[in-house]
Amino acid sequence: MGETDRYIETFRMEADELLADVEDIVLAIEDDPSNRSNIDRLFRAMHTIKGSGAMFGFDDVAAFTHHVETTLDVVRSGGIGIGRELIDLILAARDQITAMMAAAGGGPVVDEGESRRIVEGLGALLPKGDSLKAEEAGGSSSGGDAGVVGDASAEMASYKIVFAPDPGIFLTGMDPSLLLEELRELGECQIIALTENLPALEMVDPEKCYLAWQINLRTDKGVDAIRDVFIFVEDTSRIEIEQLPELQVSASDDEPKKLGQILVEKGLATEAQVRGALGKQKMLGDILVGSGVVGAETLNSALAEQKTQEKAKGAEKSETLRVASDKLDVLVNLVGELVINQARLSQVSGAVENSELLAAVEEVERLTGELRDVVLNIRMMPIGTTFGRFKRLVRDTSVELGKEIDLVTEGAETEIDKTVIDRLADPLVHLIRNSIDHAIESPEARLGMGKPRKGTILLSAAHRGTNVVITVKDDGKGLDAEVIKAKAIERGLISADQDLSEKEIFALIFAPGFSTAQNVTSMSGRGVGMDVVRREIDALRGNVSVTSEKGKGTTVDLSLPLTLAIIDGLLVAVNNERFVIPLSTVEECLELTGARFAMSRERNVIQVRGEPVPFVRLREMFGIEGTEPDLEETIVVGVGESRIGIVVDHVIGDHQTVIKSLGKAYRHVEGLSGATIMGDGSVALILDVPGLVDCALQAEDAALKAA
Amino acid sequence: MAKTIMTADDSASIRQMVGFTLREAGYSVIEAIDGADAIGKCAGTSPDMVITDLNMPNVDGIGLIRELRAMPQCKFIPIIMLTTESADDKKQAGKAAGATGWIIKPFQPEQLLAVVRKVLRD
Repeated sequence: MGETDRYIETFRMEADELLADVEDIVLAIEDDPSNRSNIDRLFRAMHTIKGSGAMFGFDDVAAFTHHVETTLDVVRSGGIGIGRELIDLILAARDQITAMMAAAGGGPVVDEGESRRIVEGLGALLPKGDSLKAEEAGGSSSGGDAGVVGDASAEMASYKIVFAPDPGIFLTGMDPSLLLEELRELGECQIIALTENLPALEMVDPEKCYLAWQINLRTDKGVDAIRDVFIFVEDTSRIEIEQLPELQVSASDDEPKKLGQILVEKGLATEAQVRGALGKQKMLGDILVGSGVVGAETLNSALAEQKTQEKAKGAEKSETLRVASDKLDVLVNLVGELVINQARLSQVSGAVENSELLAAVEEVERLTGELRDVVLNIRMMPIGTTFGRFKRLVRDTSVELGKEIDLVTEGAETEIDKTVIDRLADPLVHLIRNSIDHAIESPEARLGMGKPRKGTILLSAAHRGTNVVITVKDDGKGLDAEVIKAKAIERGLISADQDLSEKEIFALIFAPGFSTAQNVTSMSGRGVGMDVVRREIDALRGNVSVTSEKGKGTTVDLSLPLTLAIIDGLLVAVNNERFVIPLSTVEECLELTGARFAMSRERNVIQVRGEPVPFVRLREMFGIEGTEPDLEETIVVGVGESRIGIVVDHVIGDHQTVIKSLGKAYRHVEGLSGATIMGDGSVALILDVPGLVDCALQAEDAALKAA
Repeated sequence: MAKTIMTADDSASIRQMVGFTLREAGYSVIEAIDGADAIGKCAGTSPDMVITDLNMPNVDGIGLIRELRAMPQCKFIPIIMLTTESADDKKQAGKAAGATGWIIKPFQPEQLLAVVRKVLRD
């Protein structure tokens, strides 16, 4: 039995019961016409037969019962008295409904004349003014207007919608943000909150809605679909929907020339002069706000509207300027110097305690920060510029090897520092060649495994927090953990009894001197393993991780910082030495007493919320003199899955760190990745966190083995 | 976790249809046979939404909406009324009592779900 049939069955039983009730109730009313509750029950019974009947396809029943219900409603409100005639008609109507139900179930056809006679009889009882209008019957199947099914499509058009809900909207259970989301589903949408009615904080009633919204919407669903969104709130809210005229993309020849253009053409002014004069002009919006014609909020919403229109016009002109990258490098260096100097200025002015000076210095600090962001942003380039060359690489290499491979790229518009892009090219070439050479099988082998003949390498880039993650993913044969482990043991990279997770085993392919390739091709497998990739990514302060499913493919994620020039760092001190820890790696700072260390002195491990975390002491690591204070601080840093603690004397605070390289002589110093110059001119070393993590984990392994 | 919707209707067939449709769509459903029943069942739980008929014995739909709005846990939840009246007065009375919206009978299961999705956050 279908679900609909089951509803009908239930309705039949329900109707039978109700009709039996109706008979009893009518007879009870005849005995005692003053009992109002019986009349209410009678009305409800008819109401249910009508409503549910209409729901389950008994349209004739619903239409007929509607008349009975209407009459009873008038009886209920005292419009007509209860008499013999009414009782007779209702009983007749009850019998007629029973007959209609039976007819719908396959019984004899009902006498429609009888229906008409009853309806007319009931109509005659009604006082003047009330009449039984057939079209009001709830039985018409088109009556199911739930107000949300608007699928009429129309031309693409732009609308300006103002939605100012009643302040009490929350008390009707309506969440205005749901309506905004619904609008978003209709098309490209820009929503601006209008906060003009927001009272002062102490006046705010948290149960009231003070916000209104202006929505600029581009949709092809038509204005009715927009109205439907607001159907439940249209009575109580202010809703304005205005269709914006579509902008004509007119040929520029038709437009009259601008004054400046004419002046320049006639040689009365130079272009630079005109531009200078235009620059002095106040923006229209500023003038209007200044003279109090419009509020700043209103102006912003109008500007946003203008933006939408511009977008609709499709005019995305952006002027570009080519600049040699070394000029940019100089600029970045200068900004770096400026940041250092600004730090020094802040330090000095802090000691002077002159409020006038402090205000100026704070302003310089703010401007320097802005300048830094802008300059670093100039260096950002879409990574797609490097993606292009890989297409060719994949094509040529796969032809040479007799394989068929597609390179798919995603996120080519992702922006990243130019230096990072340049240094990323080699590792990416390596990873992609590796996929072509070793991962993707020959077309015949692929067909045999039920894979498509053509292999796919996906090269994608995306922002994740302050990092860019670049993924090289293939649908080749995947990594075999057993083979890798065996090889690693053979090469002496790990000992045979070492218990490693799959992830740790996969990470071994990046170890120096590791290669699983069976054959040496002209491209790869020349003894230069994936360790090159690892080293380069480490040098970029990045992170490599591999996931793989045997037979399905391999994914290599390279996570890289957005920029290399200036980072946020955490400044710490050991004795008089200062160090910077890149803030992006810092998870938390803990204060640990000597007593707590004493417990773990044998093994360099502390408990952080029940988890063992190995730690390194910078004092021991770099052989710094002096004795540790009673209260040392531990900074927990994380790289990928691993966490370690770095123990220092104390934490100074966050620090804008302009990275300076250490120079050739110090390139291979373990645990350090660079240096920075402090406000007072002294040098602080930047810790190489991935290096330290490796160090700590190895030391911990060694300690475990020794134990 | 599945959202809980309480339905109040004195018609067994409508209860069945509404209940089945909502359960199929992944909601958990509490059924009440009239307003008084619904108030009693609400006191023990806090539904995420209520769908109520208007004409019911004991406490009717309008009375139910008023009672629910007075309960702290139901003060802000969406309440949808089922009505056969396309006439405005019932709708207005319901809105004045604090109803969020309405569905006019007869309706199709899809229309019911469309309204639920409109007012109930996933």
